[in-house]
Amino acid sequence: MSDSKKKAQVDLSKDVQKDQSQILQKEMIRGNFDKLARADQNPDDKVVYTFVPGNLNELVHCFDVVGNYPEVNALQSAMQKKTGAYVMEAERSGQDEDVCTYVKADLGMMRRGNIGPSGQKVAEPDLLLLSYTGCFTFMKWFELLRHEYKCETTMLHVPYQGDGEITKHMRDYVVKQLKEETIPALERVSGVKFDIDRLRENLRESAKAEEDLVKVLETAKLRPSPIDSYFGAIYYVGPMFSAFRGTPEATAYYKTLWAEVEDRVKRGLGPVTPEGEMGEERYRLVVEGPPNYTSMRDFWKMFYDEGAVVVASTYTKVGGNYEFGFRHDPDNPLETLADYCFNCYTNYNLPQRTDMLEHYMDEYQADGLLINSIKSCNSFSAGQLLMMREIEKRTGKPAAFVETDLVDPRYFSASNVKNRLESYFQMIDQKRQAA
Amino acid sequence: MSTETIIERCEALHEDLYFTAAREWKDAAPGRHVIGHLPIYVPRELIHAAGMLPLGIYGGGDNMEVIQGDAYYQSYICRIPRSTMELALSGRLDFVEGMLFPSICDVIRNLSGVWKLTQPDVYVRYVDLPQNYKSEVGGSFYVEEMREVLAGLEGISGRKVTNDDLLNSIRVYNYNRDLVRKLYQSRVEKPWNIPVTEVYLLMRAGMVLPVEEHNEMLESYLVAASETERPQRDNTRVILNGLFCEQPPLGLIKSIELSGCYVVDDDFILINRWLRENVDDSGDALTNLSEAFLEYSVRTSATYEPERELKGQHLLESIKNSGAEGVIFSAPSFCDPALLEQPMLVDILDDHNIPNIQFKYAENTGQMQPIREQAGSFADSIKLWS
Repeated sequence: MSDSKKKAQVDLSKDVQKDQSQILQKEMIRGNFDKLARADQNPDDKVVYTFVPGNLNELVHCFDVVGNYPEVNALQSAMQKKTGAYVMEAERSGQDEDVCTYVKADLGMMRRGNIGPSGQKVAEPDLLLLSYTGCFTFMKWFELLRHEYKCETTMLHVPYQGDGEITKHMRDYVVKQLKEETIPALERVSGVKFDIDRLRENLRESAKAEEDLVKVLETAKLRPSPIDSYFGAIYYVGPMFSAFRGTPEATAYYKTLWAEVEDRVKRGLGPVTPEGEMGEERYRLVVEGPPNYTSMRDFWKMFYDEGAVVVASTYTKVGGNYEFGFRHDPDNPLETLADYCFNCYTNYNLPQRTDMLEHYMDEYQADGLLINSIKSCNSFSAGQLLMMREIEKRTGKPAAFVETDLVDPRYFSASNVKNRLESYFQMIDQKRQAA
Repeated sequence: MSTETIIERCEALHEDLYFTAAREWKDAAPGRHVIGHLPIYVPRELIHAAGMLPLGIYGGGDNMEVIQGDAYYQSYICRIPRSTMELALSGRLDFVEGMLFPSICDVIRNLSGVWKLTQPDVYVRYVDLPQNYKSEVGGSFYVEEMREVLAGLEGISGRKVTNDDLLNSIRVYNYNRDLVRKLYQSRVEKPWNIPVTEVYLLMRAGMVLPVEEHNEMLESYLVAASETERPQRDNTRVILNGLFCEQPPLGLIKSIELSGCYVVDDDFILINRWLRENVDDSGDALTNLSEAFLEYSVRTSATYEPERELKGQHLLESIKNSGAEGVIFSAPSFCDPALLEQPMLVDILDDHNIPNIQFKYAENTGQMQPIREQAGSFADSIKLWS
């Protein structure tokens, strides 16, 4: 039996090692679920549902409302192996098998009492803040929730970067919507008047946290990389992409995280995996596409068992991209919210996305590109095969393609994915030898 | 001219995947340009005003084998992008100098990027239609979007498009809208006289012909149809919903009719009926097009419905206006807009006790018997029990 197969028999149910930052994040998430559960009992606590890409957290926090992120609920439920049943529940109630499983996991959870991943009831929405950024499905998702909850909904249409640029009229359009639609809706629902100075303060906090996040992600340029920029970074972006960006808690979290990663850099360590230190770094990969959450640890293990570390990923930019210089700007509060939305990864056109991957391949000295194509997500997936060929052509490095799903366990075939990955690592070895 | 002669011409246009009519139009005079567009809606007046031919690209249908296009798309993505790629990669679109990709869904949106990467010599534009319907918000944005599209077209032709050019094009398309509305109304009144396949083929012809020629064709058909009396059958009046992007094979449409249904409304080739009222043909043309879009756009799965209470009302209105007895939801496999919308519409119909069924298709669906049986049973059940 090979070493890798022996490692595969490690009991994955044992407790993972946790850093201080992870404990902090867990407390933050738990705290938000507590608020959502309390809001279920107290009608004065207002709840706003919104999406990760294009989330207007700094603005939402100006109104003392509790934020809820259905995508986050779905992915956390998937990690707890609950979404298979949720998806089937939604399909039994009329949702088609072909459509996004995030939506179906959310609808299934709702139909089963809206018990969130923390085991507590998630309060119903007072407002659905539909930030239509980079994903068509968002629009129908919140129409479906509105159909069920009969609550107020406000839409923010964020134009797509079809020509790979942000024009004045695109920005003006978003700012006008913020002024005329989003802010009045939040004021109406919360009963709190909008205070632009409060927004500026939240934006200042965001910028501090963003600075630390970028420092963390850029350490992956080092050899060995002290972090895994996909499996690990999914946790790192958690507070930034959800209910916490713009809060002092998030700033503290990223300060702690940076201190931990900086320490790893000083000690020349590689990434921490659920089973401890990764060991020798053998392959440096760039990954495009979301992960599979239903078998996340099995999936990750297929990488670290082989000494493969992800040095850059696009999924960790889906809720905002800060590495090319954008920071929330308190001096231009509404314009900066618009620019943030434009710069969420799936709002980039395909040439931009391809250029970004090429940049990662070069800057992070990657051995290859891996695309995890998600059955549910056309926003990510449509066009990925071309992107793969483009990167191979431009960099001369090998690329590979695996197919799974975000939260539907029916679309994760461990043996197929593992076989592909093993072949891919062999391909990288052969390329190296040939070079 | 008889309806048969007109429909024969439409059928030939529908089957011609080399777009000979559009090529001939282009070759007929120097300096002519053809601009392709995907479903669901683009303001064709802009293309027309620039002296160009808008060419509706609705996939490859069931008569084209997709070989190269499949290499671009995973199995869980609908068929229209792969067959559209096949059209391009096989040289069938080599005379098209620009492509417009409207905001219908993420697949078509991303296809604009695929086009940018694979067809670098073609002008490619993603047309972001506003989902905010306020004049000073979505309207202003849309005017600027149209201005940018016009600038792109002017770059191809080297000719400035004037306001008068645009107003003239609005008039031509207003007449087209008049004729299309008349055709649909005639079908509501006598569906036995205007079969759904003929309406469909007439609508498809409008995607490849100059609008002036399409107008003549519609005029002739309306006259010919009014002079013909076909036998009336005891069919059930139904509405087809969900067919706005990837097109069903003609055989599927025929099968529904042969199964005992009169189709009295549908949503295929919606671009011909996107604006429910005509566009003002005086004043500032771009503002007029924008206002018409905000005020008169049809409601469809690809758009956002700001008012919860209005969700699905367009379908209820259509049922009332057309005297439909049931709705057939027929959506392409993997079509996010249609399939995500469908459960909401089904709920609304169920609340109003309106019979409905659902099935899926692909543009190359070959087995019609199950669809015919399903539609036939649906029609019979309405006749027997509703």
